[in-house]
Amino acid sequence: MIRNDVAITPELVKEHGLKPDEYERFVQLIGRTPTITELGIVSAMWNEHCSYKSSRIHLRGLPTKAPWVIQGPGENAGVIDIGDGLACIFKMESHNHPSFIEPYQGAATGVGGILRDVFTMGARPIAALNFLRFGEPDHPKTPHLVSGVVAGIGGYGNSFGVPTVGGSVGFDKRYNGNILVNAMAVGLARSDEIFYAKATGVGNPIVYLGSKTGRDGIHGATMASAEFDDASEEKRPTVQVGDPFAEKLLLEACLELMKSGAVIAIQDMGAAGLTSSAVEMGAKGNLGVELDLDKVPCREEGMTAYEMMLSESQERMLMVLKPGMEKEAEAIFHKWGLDFAIIGKTTDTLRFVIKHEGEVKADLPIKELGDEAPVYDRPYVESPRRPVIAPESVKAPMSEAEALLKLVGSPDQCSKRWVWEQYDHLILGNTVQTPGGDAAIVRVEDGPKGLALTTDVTPRYCEADPFEGGKQAVAEAWRNITAVGGLPLAITDNLNFASPERPDAMGQFVGCLKGIGEACRALDFPVVSGNVSLYNETNGQGILPTPAIGGVGLLDDVTVNASVAFKREGDAIILVGHTQGWLGQSIYLRDVCGREEGAPPPVDLVHEKRNGDFIRQLVRSRQVDTVHDCSDGGIALALAEMAMAGHVGATVTAMPEGLPLHAFLFGEDQARYLIAVDQDAAADILYEASAIGVPAVTLGVTGGDSLILPGEQAISVKKLKAAHEAWLPDYMAGKA
Amino acid sequence: MKSAVVVFPGSNREGDVVRALKLAGSDVQKVWHAETDLPSGTDLVVLPGGFSYGDYLRCGAIAGRAAVMDAVRAHAARGGLVLGICNGFQILCESGLLPGILMRNANLKFICHRQFLRVERNDTAFTKAYAKGQAIDVCVAHGEGNYTADSETLKRLEGEGLVAFRYADAHGHVTQDANRNGSMNSIAGIYSDRLNVLGMMPHPENLIEDLVGGTDGRGLFESLVSSAARAA
Repeated sequence: MIRNDVAITPELVKEHGLKPDEYERFVQLIGRTPTITELGIVSAMWNEHCSYKSSRIHLRGLPTKAPWVIQGPGENAGVIDIGDGLACIFKMESHNHPSFIEPYQGAATGVGGILRDVFTMGARPIAALNFLRFGEPDHPKTPHLVSGVVAGIGGYGNSFGVPTVGGSVGFDKRYNGNILVNAMAVGLARSDEIFYAKATGVGNPIVYLGSKTGRDGIHGATMASAEFDDASEEKRPTVQVGDPFAEKLLLEACLELMKSGAVIAIQDMGAAGLTSSAVEMGAKGNLGVELDLDKVPCREEGMTAYEMMLSESQERMLMVLKPGMEKEAEAIFHKWGLDFAIIGKTTDTLRFVIKHEGEVKADLPIKELGDEAPVYDRPYVESPRRPVIAPESVKAPMSEAEALLKLVGSPDQCSKRWVWEQYDHLILGNTVQTPGGDAAIVRVEDGPKGLALTTDVTPRYCEADPFEGGKQAVAEAWRNITAVGGLPLAITDNLNFASPERPDAMGQFVGCLKGIGEACRALDFPVVSGNVSLYNETNGQGILPTPAIGGVGLLDDVTVNASVAFKREGDAIILVGHTQGWLGQSIYLRDVCGREEGAPPPVDLVHEKRNGDFIRQLVRSRQVDTVHDCSDGGIALALAEMAMAGHVGATVTAMPEGLPLHAFLFGEDQARYLIAVDQDAAADILYEASAIGVPAVTLGVTGGDSLILPGEQAISVKKLKAAHEAWLPDYMAGKA
Repeated sequence: MKSAVVVFPGSNREGDVVRALKLAGSDVQKVWHAETDLPSGTDLVVLPGGFSYGDYLRCGAIAGRAAVMDAVRAHAARGGLVLGICNGFQILCESGLLPGILMRNANLKFICHRQFLRVERNDTAFTKAYAKGQAIDVCVAHGEGNYTADSETLKRLEGEGLVAFRYADAHGHVTQDANRNGSMNSIAGIYSDRLNVLGMMPHPENLIEDLVGGTDGRGLFESLVSSAARAA
């Protein structure tokens, strides 16, 4: 039991994650010593996770507008117009720290939180994706974390009933003590029926909906804003427990209530629970909020104001209702078996007032808690430049065929089937392209439109050159959407970085953001939502800078799309884009040569756009149905993936001029695609490309049951596939 | 044909099966679990996939005792058609309409993948549009699809030809590799004694269009619509 008049000591302030100067600022602001409830509230609002205090000034540099953007960052999720009166609502969010401590529940509630963000705005979720990074495979914790996180994501999404259609899984020792679990949700709503967090009207009822409040997750957001050490696992009690069944009911009840016209404003209780949701609704609407905690549905007896305000119990919502519609709203929630309680009202005082058991437990200025929280311009240093590695300087330690076989069966490049088969990716019957391709495709309702969805970033590029790495993350998402025939529309970003209090890590953050902003501007691909996750480090060891990009694109006719699989024998294989054999920071250099060196490939955004627009036009005009972008592992890995997906081999005859073969095959030059087309159509396409200055060259021909690289032993597709499919299941069974 | 799709709290594939039924030409109405009557003139009752009541307690156990299930049992007793898919199959087992139970998958994990089934007989209201022994391409998505029954029950199911579908390869061969959830006798679906109730784990409703993978699932819904037309 925490009494409200407990003495506020410097230790207590420190335990709440507030720096001495932040506490001083708070005391000045309210003109007195805070109560413990007030200290809890401010610690929840001013932590990094909720306040974006270290990142905010840099986020301002990102482009967030376009004619099709209905709502940019700052709401529960971003909203874009996809025509026909429909809007696509989406966001990605991290649940890194909870997932490291308790992988199943941490990942499950990550999915739950992001689904809630999307349906809070009135959208029915139609797809989920994720971006996962684990420590090195040999680390003793890794298998347990993989197993728990994947089961948690599946456990929540499958039960809720949303298809998990795409994602990314990778391993690196830099995530040994701090894995990344980023979840993305995509929903659909009528573009004139979108709901926001901004409260309006004085004296309107504030309603609590959903599951009851317990003592779980107290201070979760504060935990998410601190670095880890060996004692972090003792924080397990601060991880919340998810209930996807309650969330499914909450979804149906909320959408039904929204249709009734009773909802003025709505905010889900995510990080910092009741505190954050109530403050945001009031602060955004320039209104005060008064809550009577005696009315809050509680799961446990004797909960104090402090505990109720900081609980992160899941599957809860806060709404401002139209006066007079309380009865109707209550009936809908009771039909779905969910709690409904009027717990407060909006006021004109701009104060956040908390009453409990006849006492005022907190009385704080609402704007300063919310949108006027402290902002820092943290010192940073730019990452040192790395030398460009000349292709000729890298000696091939094995044959190209051996290298390819090694890569297709490596932890990062192997098939992730073991993962995505645990996710229901087919529910709703709209999944046109399943996991394993460039971008997932889901049909919009009964068509004809479709959405192309992807999550991407190459963390090793970001570390070697944050600016180019930031550009590349956006460009790869744009390219993956383009490769299936989609028009890239907007992104959500999940910015995972180490401690902003270290100038080198802050420099990575600043550099990546500049790169992201530049690429978004050049590619007309604005940021509409996102999440910043800092302090991703353990015992002073930071993660690789990992700004995960979730991209959304539109197909006007979902039946006109391309996939990676070779579909016919005898197709010409054409490489689109310029190749100079860039091996710096490549997968080949790392996993075949054992060297993590050099500058990453630069991204020429003009070429990127030109080449991508060319590819998209080929798909949309039905000239091409087989496309794969070249990324990790270059041309060779892309060819292998196309062959394995289609069970059709290929023979590559083109030899590079003035370039070692391994640099040609495995170099990671950007803005490139492989396509496979009928021989008769190939000449036209090569001509079209040359007419607009797009580099395009024929590499070889599809057919047979083997992949044959120039001057190399044939590798049977069967053998490639066996290596590709084996690693992850074997590893998880303790065999690899 | 008139179909009634029962919606429990936690059902999540009701929309998918509604789409498949409509495509086959059925009228479809959704029925809330708290109802005590089915819409008049109902030919077919469908218990859809999902996680009714969160699959808490035991899959299908709570839904098996829902108010609407008395009406479903009465409908089945009259010889009316009942189809339970995935969670619906689990509910049919829990409600006493079908024997046996669905246990955790052999690998203890949820699995979602494309799956071939062998059609064991094509003289029922559910399978007329297929050939006997045909391999049909559908999908599975479940964590507890491992069909288990005592040996007496298995013997009776096999002896009386009440096995509807078995997990098979693309050629219709029933193999151990194709039986990924570990079901006894590779059983993917079973009929009631009178062949008017079918419970199956796989999802034919998700394979009804070439755009999303194929049309092998259509036959089941088309069979039902044509059977109802003949009965009327």
